[in-house]
Amino acid sequence: MKLKGAEIVVETLIEQNIKTIFGYPGGTVIDIYDQLYKKSDRINHVLTAHEQGAAHAADGYARATGDIGVVLATSGPGATNLVTGIATAYLDSVPLLAITGNVPNTLIGRDSFQEIDITGITLPITKHNFLVHDVEDLADTIREAIRIAKSGRPGPVLVDIPKDVQGASCEFTYKAPVEKTALKPADDKLVHDAAALIAESNRPYIYFGGGAVRAGAGALISELADKIDAVIGCSMMGLSELPTQLDRFLGMQGMHGHYASSKAMAKADLIIGVGVRFSDRATGDTEKFSKGARKIQIDADFAELGKNVDLELGCACDISDFLRKLIDAVDYKRNPNWMTKIDKLREQEAAQEYQGFLPRDAVMAAAALNDEDTDVVTDVGQHQMWVAQYYDFKKKRTWISSGGLGTMGFGMGAAIGAAYGSKKRTVLFTGDGSFGMNLNELATAVTYNVPVTVVLFNNGVLGMVRQWQTLFYNKTYSNTTLDRKTDFVKLAESFGAKGYKAENLEEFKEAFAEANKAEGPVVIDLTIDKDDLVMPMMKPGGSFDRLILATEEENRHE
Amino acid sequence: MSKNNFVIAVYVENKYGVLTRVTSMFTRRGFNIDTLTVGETESPEYSRITISLSGDRTDRMQLVSQLTKLYNVKKVEVLSNEEAIKRELLLIKVKNDLDNRAQIMDAVNVFKAKTVDYSSQAMCFEVTGDSNKIDAFIDNMKPFGIIEMCRTGIVALERGPDSILSE
Repeated sequence: MKLKGAEIVVETLIEQNIKTIFGYPGGTVIDIYDQLYKKSDRINHVLTAHEQGAAHAADGYARATGDIGVVLATSGPGATNLVTGIATAYLDSVPLLAITGNVPNTLIGRDSFQEIDITGITLPITKHNFLVHDVEDLADTIREAIRIAKSGRPGPVLVDIPKDVQGASCEFTYKAPVEKTALKPADDKLVHDAAALIAESNRPYIYFGGGAVRAGAGALISELADKIDAVIGCSMMGLSELPTQLDRFLGMQGMHGHYASSKAMAKADLIIGVGVRFSDRATGDTEKFSKGARKIQIDADFAELGKNVDLELGCACDISDFLRKLIDAVDYKRNPNWMTKIDKLREQEAAQEYQGFLPRDAVMAAAALNDEDTDVVTDVGQHQMWVAQYYDFKKKRTWISSGGLGTMGFGMGAAIGAAYGSKKRTVLFTGDGSFGMNLNELATAVTYNVPVTVVLFNNGVLGMVRQWQTLFYNKTYSNTTLDRKTDFVKLAESFGAKGYKAENLEEFKEAFAEANKAEGPVVIDLTIDKDDLVMPMMKPGGSFDRLILATEEENRHE
Repeated sequence: MSKNNFVIAVYVENKYGVLTRVTSMFTRRGFNIDTLTVGETESPEYSRITISLSGDRTDRMQLVSQLTKLYNVKKVEVLSNEEAIKRELLLIKVKNDLDNRAQIMDAVNVFKAKTVDYSSQAMCFEVTGDSNKIDAFIDNMKPFGIIEMCRTGIVALERGPDSILSE
């Protein structure tokens, strides 16, 4: 059948099993919106308050479902507003399709109204992007964009479509949904070599990240650890792939990781990295990082191997296949001395916990009141680290947070997207700084009655930057004291949402339980102390030998 | 780790914007290019980019991996010093001066340079060869007054019967 470009865009998305897209209309996408209106029984469009919110929503949807997220925006400012969202998805390897309109082909290059070179702008933050000059190429370009976004190490792909291409007609035939390009199977020799390294090690540590989440490799990691008597730690991006309470799992390591997890990594003689990039927030100074340990790295992306740390062995392949083969190839072994050492580290960690720390208690209370499969979204800052440290994760893919880019303002859009993905109440933890960036999306949540509980850790300051100023800048609090006088309960109500104020744990629990019974969005404004710190902490560019501990910091105050 | 010069041949789709994608990756990853040439190949669908730069082993591996990941890149190969033929072309304009003319022409003969333009004020020469030869010729011309010059950067092919697309 002969269709116009705009209709081809929508039909191709439907053909590719896209159920929900997020976006914002404008001059160069009116034709596509016209088609979305006509086909609204077959594809759902969510109108956000701002294109950035739409991009984060598509990202949150993708993270919650494991499927691709789709965002649509107009040319010029519509397209540039997507940039932070696309970059966020790129740094966390989230499959995202961004579709933008552009001025007609004949006007490109003339600085026309709302014309911008969005393929040029997004070049370094997309896996690939396309500018479609000819309607004949349109359907296949969208299909190929989806294939690229989902395959290998996933990531965002942008398709820019000039307005005249949307108006031109050509023959359209349905095709099957695209298949992901299969990952390479694990190389048997490398599996064998890895097994040999494991046999020689006495202190193995399995370190996994977002790649393991993407591959759903948690069970295999746990099985391998059991067989070779290893402990397990993860990067922030790896959270929720294994249950927090799993015995061998020491939790997140890194700059604000668990004491035992970071220390064990520093003392290990073999680190097996699974879908993790050894980022600077996880390793500190790479020269000093786990010097005594040999390193194995398994990743879907060959460019990750040895990028940040030197390796003994690297394999770019299907992570699950490698783990399965490795479990068969290794001998059962015990490392009693290592386990004794780990127990000591755990005792030391437990000794550092102090009572009555509201941010932790609130996170733990929320976890207890949530369902096991409630998606937990965060913004960026101290609250993010507290949730990462203390939330009791039970189900896979329930942790949604901006890791690589660290995007303040990510949360509100992402929580809306996640709620669409999971079709149930989502909890967003945010701070007054982050929430202030994209709180406009509260309007979206109200309009569509999206079940989102916003837990606002309100300390009147930009807490994480303030923490650095406290520790490393002589308490010179330059521009981190907000003191904005915003009444978040009234703000929520003025948007049409419910608002609660909580000053202590009991009030918080009550409000949270109320929120669980509500239908649409709820904001809980929880007052916390502006001098609460995220501990332990590794100094930026430091090493695990010198972690700053909560107890030390208290002593320093006295 | 020690830094070495190396040459990378990149076989890419001959399409709008591909060169930008390649060079943008270099900028983003912090690699500094010494020379870059690009042109058509035996097949009109593909272009060949030849890049010379310096870096250690890790840089080189990272560079090849990141290039290979680019959608429009079909093949990447590091050309070794022994196995590759490398050439550069230089056009150089030198002051024509009665006192120096004989010395300049001596150098031109030794280097097998070609005179491509001649006037009473200036002479222009064309030299081809590996980069060392080009450097040496430029050094020779310096005392006589170089008006302007232009070099192409390295183009390179592997010796023997294979092409970059052979396994």
